Amino acid sequence: MYAVEMRGITKRFPGMIANDQIEFLVEKGEIHSLLGENGAGKTTLMKILFGLYQPDGGSIKINGNEIKHQTAVKAFEMGLGMVHQHFMLIDNMTVWENIVLGSEPGNFMIDRKKGKEIVKHLSEKYHFDLDVDAKISEISVGMKQRVEILKTLYRGAEIIILDEPTAVLTPLEVEQLLQILLEMKKEGKTIIFITHKLKETMAVSDHVTILRSGKSVEFLKTTETTEKELAALMVGYEIDMTLERKKVEKGETILSLQNVRLLPQAEKTVDLEIRAGEILGIAGVEGNGQQQLEEMIMGLEKVKCGKIFFKQEEITGMSVKERCKRGIGYIPSDRYKRAILPGFSLKDNYLLGNQYKDSYARKGMLNQEYIEKKTKELMEKFDVRAVNGDQLIGALSGGNQQKLVLSREVDKDPDLILACQPVRGLDIGAIKFIHNVLLELRNQGKAVLLISAELSDLFQLSDRIGVLYKGEMMSLQETEKYTTESISLLMAGKKGV
Amino acid sequence: MKQKTVLHNLLLSLGAILCSLLIAAGVMLLVGYDPLEAYSALIEGAFGSKNAFANTLSKSIPLLFTGLAVAFANKGGIFNIGGEGQLYAGAMASTVTALMMQGAPRFLVIFCSFCAGMLAGACVGAIIGAAKIKLQVNEVVVAIMLNYIIQYFTSYIVTYPLKQEGAMTAQTVDIGANYMLTKLIPKTQLTTALLVAVAAAILLFFFFKKTRAGYHIRAVGENKSAAQAAGIPMMTTAILTMGISGALAGLAGTTEVFGKMGRFIDGFSPGFGFTGIAVAVLANNHPMGILLSALLFGILEAGSMKMSYSAGISTSMVNVIQGLVILFVATPNIIRLIKRKKGES
Amino acid sequence: MDSILSMEMLLSTLRMAIPLVLASVGGTLCERSGIINLGIEGMMLSGAFGAVYGTYISGNPWIGVLFAILVGGLFGILHAVLCIRFKTNQSVSGIGINVFVSGLTIVLTRAVWKSDGMSGQVEKLPAVSIPGLKELPVIGTLFTEQSPYLFITAGIVLGAWFFMYRTKAGLRLRAIGDHPQAAQTVGINVSLYRYVAVTFCGMLCGLAGGYLSIVQSNLFVKEMVAGRGFMALAAMILGGWNPLGALCASLVFAFAQALRISLKVEIPNQLMLMLPYFITLFVLLFFGRKVKGPQAAGNIEE
Repeated sequence: MYAVEMRGITKRFPGMIANDQIEFLVEKGEIHSLLGENGAGKTTLMKILFGLYQPDGGSIKINGNEIKHQTAVKAFEMGLGMVHQHFMLIDNMTVWENIVLGSEPGNFMIDRKKGKEIVKHLSEKYHFDLDVDAKISEISVGMKQRVEILKTLYRGAEIIILDEPTAVLTPLEVEQLLQILLEMKKEGKTIIFITHKLKETMAVSDHVTILRSGKSVEFLKTTETTEKELAALMVGYEIDMTLERKKVEKGETILSLQNVRLLPQAEKTVDLEIRAGEILGIAGVEGNGQQQLEEMIMGLEKVKCGKIFFKQEEITGMSVKERCKRGIGYIPSDRYKRAILPGFSLKDNYLLGNQYKDSYARKGMLNQEYIEKKTKELMEKFDVRAVNGDQLIGALSGGNQQKLVLSREVDKDPDLILACQPVRGLDIGAIKFIHNVLLELRNQGKAVLLISAELSDLFQLSDRIGVLYKGEMMSLQETEKYTTESISLLMAGKKGV
Repeated sequence: MKQKTVLHNLLLSLGAILCSLLIAAGVMLLVGYDPLEAYSALIEGAFGSKNAFANTLSKSIPLLFTGLAVAFANKGGIFNIGGEGQLYAGAMASTVTALMMQGAPRFLVIFCSFCAGMLAGACVGAIIGAAKIKLQVNEVVVAIMLNYIIQYFTSYIVTYPLKQEGAMTAQTVDIGANYMLTKLIPKTQLTTALLVAVAAAILLFFFFKKTRAGYHIRAVGENKSAAQAAGIPMMTTAILTMGISGALAGLAGTTEVFGKMGRFIDGFSPGFGFTGIAVAVLANNHPMGILLSALLFGILEAGSMKMSYSAGISTSMVNVIQGLVILFVATPNIIRLIKRKKGES
Repeated sequence: MDSILSMEMLLSTLRMAIPLVLASVGGTLCERSGIINLGIEGMMLSGAFGAVYGTYISGNPWIGVLFAILVGGLFGILHAVLCIRFKTNQSVSGIGINVFVSGLTIVLTRAVWKSDGMSGQVEKLPAVSIPGLKELPVIGTLFTEQSPYLFITAGIVLGAWFFMYRTKAGLRLRAIGDHPQAAQTVGINVSLYRYVAVTFCGMLCGLAGGYLSIVQSNLFVKEMVAGRGFMALAAMILGGWNPLGALCASLVFAFAQALRISLKVEIPNQLMLMLPYFITLFVLLFFGRKVKGPQAAGNIEE
């Protein structure tokens, strides 16, 4: 008997099929990896299992019992627990409150003492090391994830689903998590592990199911396959991810940060320089000061300590408008929030950031013809797939939206491009395209600051890499001088390599 | 795609009006009045004669201005509930200006008074906008407090310092018949103010379509964070948005003085600022739609007297209908507003 | 000015604070569930009318109080249904309720009492004295000949605080206001909590309105809430969406109102009427930033 048996699962959303006749079988007491690219349908499938979505077709059996109309409450009762990719935690409440929420000890009043005790006990049993009275807003990302896992264990979950658990962890924390999973397996738990990372799949799973474009393409025993085979199955063809980085003469210093404090708790300040014709990559797990770096350079966050110079001119106190004028292009890490106007047309989005230019708007009046022309031109040049310039940007795929943003910023002919998580969540084709554009900019003598959580991106594109940890620059040197191990350790805060 | 949305919105708005009228009829029946009698009296009061229609249009004028004010602010992502205070400020400022300029040429007086009225409204609006950005306080509560403060303050002014000698009610002296706006139809209250309002609506339509400032305001209203990242200045835009919005509301008060009352009378507004919200919501914040929407509410106001006279219902029945319209029409708009809120948070 | 800190002032302040406290506590519960309520003014007005009508037809002011609660609750349900089921813009829904109630109450006073906007006079809710406690020195006056509302309000404030911070349901309510998806994923029925919170808010606001019409006065006059609903909103915000905070903020605003009556200097009426709103605005502008509200208020996704 399978612990989880999903057959013929289909789920449609307006305009697309997220799950198409999917077969998913998990044995009791195993660690099973659900592998696939972004957008393959993995999260949707698990949300259906957990009762957050209802399937349009197919059947679900848990421990041999057929389930109809699954709900979160029923899922709990059956011993299912889910650890979400985006944490479902309440910042203002403490660790123990978050864990017991919904199943609090006590009849009418909360038995606070008992609640804390139970949580403490569980935390110690699995070596989680949690401070039960700490507020969620105060703890690290790795700790938050443990809180999420503990939530499921508190409710006695036997089948635990983890959605992209390692996305936000340092390499060291990933190691620790994998150890925890093996511990849980020893206790007889069944674990389903959604991921797009091959190394982790190979490291702990017993079986792996591969999803591609909403379909279940393959089901393999982990010991009988390789990373290369899995990669090929994920995308459906052999990928050649190597890029040529030719030698380029470096020019003048375009951007320099002096003594800038990125995070209030950082002991050391940050100094860095980017010259024309180079790509400086910033590595680090998200949440270690990257957002502050990004926003301070653009002027969206005040620099309380330190100075920023752009082409020898101090810009520390300048408004965003002034910085853009001087030649900084910005690809924000949060595209939906910072880069686009979701309800507006493509033309209106191309205008964003360009509205002070004479060609786009002279004497306060918009030049509609020019905007129309430009939109068409850039859409063609950068292969932004849409009906026409009047279409709403919300209708475009993530990859096309990002290409629009990129084309807009590149067209401004900036001397510095601030590319923050530029390929996050995009498909392989879009990734390759954007990589090529960034390299081309560098070859033309522009400066690129590339902030990314994906080591593979950084290694392929950057000339030099700096590692951020808790707001401090752990190291800053040529790419060739790093190894995967050395950079992982730096990302985890271990110095002296 | 744009065509479809306009028709779609129109149908939704019509549906809302119909539902409101039906439920209001239900209320009337419950209380013992005859809805058919009431509605026919309403229509007659609004359209019965040339003069009646002229009065209907004249009742729409302040609502045109306050509706435009609310709609304008909404485009910029700010909810301007302070129309009432802004219109009183505008009315007082324009009256005082006219009283100080007695004897000066007509055109000059009207011009200066109107400017004063707009400026006063703009200042009040700008305070709300600035407070929202600089101090991050909720614009609704600030605006409401200002509404009461300004209303009481202008009431004080017209009860003591500027009160007309020997008058029964709290009001100022006459500003002078030659400074009043020209009537479009004699013996009615319909003045050139209507033309000013329509012109304002048309101007605003083109403002949003063609100017950079209009783009700034729309962008901020759509996604504040992205607008900020694109170099659009937050404080300037907020002050511009609320300033223009306040100026429009100020015009509502000014045109009441120069078109109807000829003086400042205490408590002259039956809630134009709040009705403006209904007008804006019904028109989905579209400047041209506001023309139709304000007309509808003007019909309600104009017909209410006749309705009260013939069918015996309180004139406040009109408020009941207005409230229902607001409730019905706000619902389908949520899709648009959800998209906007997602970008904001 | 020597009487500012007297027992007189205290009692006067408490009396003025009662409607504000009730409405702001109601608003707190409502917004803690993630629903913005600008219709507090209208709900209070409906309660004011309901109280007078109930007393009028039954001759018993306690029936009036019951009516006030029911009518307020009715509009609470309306707001809840519009915002939760139909995903209406919450701010606009609140305004709509205000305008609707404003008109309806006037229409009804005309229908019942043949007078546009003013009801006939009714019996007030009698004051009570608490035996035993009224003998106490100094604070004895707090228990002598006071409206039962004083004690009900105190009970509600304490009850609300206890509910929010000591019970399971209160924890869940707070979770919903901050992160409704998180609450949903642990199996909490988010919609149910919201319906109850908003309806209860309506009931409290109705109760508050009843105080204005059959305790502070003995009839219904149009627009008699006169902006107190919005003042309660400000009290809620300043109180940090916490019942005890709402109490304190309400007391501050009530003090401003009481000041108007007790100041012996000759100041024009309107300027004195302005005072509470002025103080509210002042406090809001300079201290409003410091408090953080429910993180997910106003957003209904799914």
